[in-house]
Amino acid sequence: MLSYILRRLLSAIPTLLLIVTIAFFLIRLAPGGPFDLERPLEAKVMENLNKIYQLDKPLIEQYWLYLSAVVRGDFGPSFILRDFTVGELFARGLPVSMTLGGLALSFAILVGGTLGAVAALRQNSLIDYVVTGMGALGLTIPNFVVAPVLQIVLGLALAWLPIAGWNGGAPLNLVMPVIVLALPQIAVVARMTRAAMIENLRSNHIRTLRSLGLPSLTIVVHALRGAALPVISYLGPAAAALLTGSVVVETIFGLPGIGRYFVEGALNRDYTLVMGTVVVVAVFVLLFNLVVDILYAIIDPRIRYD
Amino acid sequence: MVEGAVLPAEVLKDPVVGRSLWAEARGRLVRNRAAITSIIVLGFIALACIFGPLLTGHPFDKVYPDYVKVPASLEAYPKADQIEPNVERVASRVRAKAENIAVEGDKIRVTLVGQRPIDERLLAYFERSDLFGAAKVTERADEGRRMVVDVPIKRNYFFFGTDTNGRDLLTRTMKAGQVSLAIGLLATFVAIVIGVIYGATSGYLGGRADLIMMRAVDVLYSLPFIFFVIMLVVFFGRNFVLMFIAVGAVEWLDMARIVRGQTLSIKRQEYVQAAEALGVETKGIIRRHVIPNTLGPVVVYMTLLVPKVILLESFLSFLGLGVQEPNTSLGVLISEGAKNIQGATWMLLYPSITLVTILFCLNFIGDGLRDALDPKDR
Repeated sequence: MLSYILRRLLSAIPTLLLIVTIAFFLIRLAPGGPFDLERPLEAKVMENLNKIYQLDKPLIEQYWLYLSAVVRGDFGPSFILRDFTVGELFARGLPVSMTLGGLALSFAILVGGTLGAVAALRQNSLIDYVVTGMGALGLTIPNFVVAPVLQIVLGLALAWLPIAGWNGGAPLNLVMPVIVLALPQIAVVARMTRAAMIENLRSNHIRTLRSLGLPSLTIVVHALRGAALPVISYLGPAAAALLTGSVVVETIFGLPGIGRYFVEGALNRDYTLVMGTVVVVAVFVLLFNLVVDILYAIIDPRIRYD
Repeated sequence: MVEGAVLPAEVLKDPVVGRSLWAEARGRLVRNRAAITSIIVLGFIALACIFGPLLTGHPFDKVYPDYVKVPASLEAYPKADQIEPNVERVASRVRAKAENIAVEGDKIRVTLVGQRPIDERLLAYFERSDLFGAAKVTERADEGRRMVVDVPIKRNYFFFGTDTNGRDLLTRTMKAGQVSLAIGLLATFVAIVIGVIYGATSGYLGGRADLIMMRAVDVLYSLPFIFFVIMLVVFFGRNFVLMFIAVGAVEWLDMARIVRGQTLSIKRQEYVQAAEALGVETKGIIRRHVIPNTLGPVVVYMTLLVPKVILLESFLSFLGLGVQEPNTSLGVLISEGAKNIQGATWMLLYPSITLVTILFCLNFIGDGLRDALDPKDR
């Protein structure tokens, strides 16, 4: 197992390199630059700025400089948020996004899994229809509709929760963003769990358990274990996306996460910020794909990686 | 007994007709009530979006400065309590005071009193307002200082209310639905074409070509999607047709994987081997034998991709990167509605309902098609 993980981590390096390369040249090919303002800067100022940020060197050399800096863990200074390095921005933003994403993820697994399992156990009952209906609803209502509605209802009309803001991560401030982030995930998890559970409950090993007269709780646990596989393979990429922040939720609730950096960075041609975000997201994706594969091996004893 | 043993003649007359996969699927789809209802509702919405803007009587970009942010209502505007203040407002521009305002059906009779003789050319202000038609002078007195004027009322209906600029929201919602649906279909079409050709080629060729082609898909997969989309916005500017061709060009990855998987199993079928034995060239086999047989899952995936693209467009428009004014899309309307949710809930409500209904219908149709085409999955 250990050697497998090691091999996977090693094979992630070329993929990461490729992603960084594509992203680097893509953003550089884009028209415009980080210092293009409505009123162009003076030529001398521009020249100096380019020199400071090493934008005057040939592209290939810049690429090499950037790569070697990233290997050392240095993401460079941000072009737009001038007082910060990209590393500092992530150090402040990533914990926020990860807290929200992590809570939303656990919430989604807990609620979605339970709902899906209950719906599968009572297939074609009222509960089943309610869960499937809610699932469809959760999938189709975009989060930028849910968020303002929640703000109005819970924040203004009932005044139970603060409308927006981070407030040092106070639990009350987290409730609404986490709900908004979790809702679509709950819908997907419930849907997948239900489908997988139904299939599993009909399988041979569950029939054997039933014929042995085991208590229904034991049977459900066994069925859940089998049903978890497709859900986990979905949750890998979903977790990576959740933990690296959501533009919409962070904008609406005014949260200082890293989700916004992508959009802001790309639109302002903040090369280092965009590249940093690409690297962070790619690392998360690769990491969670590995986690999924490991969990697969733990849950399903038929899978061997050695 | 002898008579009973003979089969009824009409049964014997018809030769046994085999039912194709598609005919059976259609039968199963028709029995799926949710899917059929969704198809009808979606068809209705599509027709309303295409022909509706012609029927509402408001162009989608027409601004009514006197009707900014009026609530949705089934009754005609102006409302009774709006008439008087507006008459007074116009009268003050005519440099007169309005007295004895009397509403008589579709007409107002008002007496204008000025300190100096009233310039009748200024009465054009009535017509310039969104509430009234051309004013007609019926009586003059005091050397033109008093005059009785008949003003017709212009009746306007705003069933969904108006937006912050005073544009009819019903027409805009329909126009937005048109744009959103068109974008969804366009991007999906591009994604399907690229995905099917790429996947079928990769799967059919197999070996090293397959390995390289799928490796490319894997790498593209791990690039953050939103980065891709934003880069496309940066490259293509705000031209949304080009952009959605590009979005389609990004969305084909899943399609390619699905089709490749299908192709791998189709490739082993006898009819493909027969075609190979007959010397049909690779391009011909892929086009005539492989692609048509992968269409089942493709159709299903397509109906699920359309809502995904519509949501993506809404998301981009929400960020301000999508469709630009005065053109509009459901995402633009929803993001405007979200900004004005306090005091103008209708601006969020109606576009959201439209979007959710469209997405709901497409999802149900997709689910229904999957059940119909893949009965073992039920």
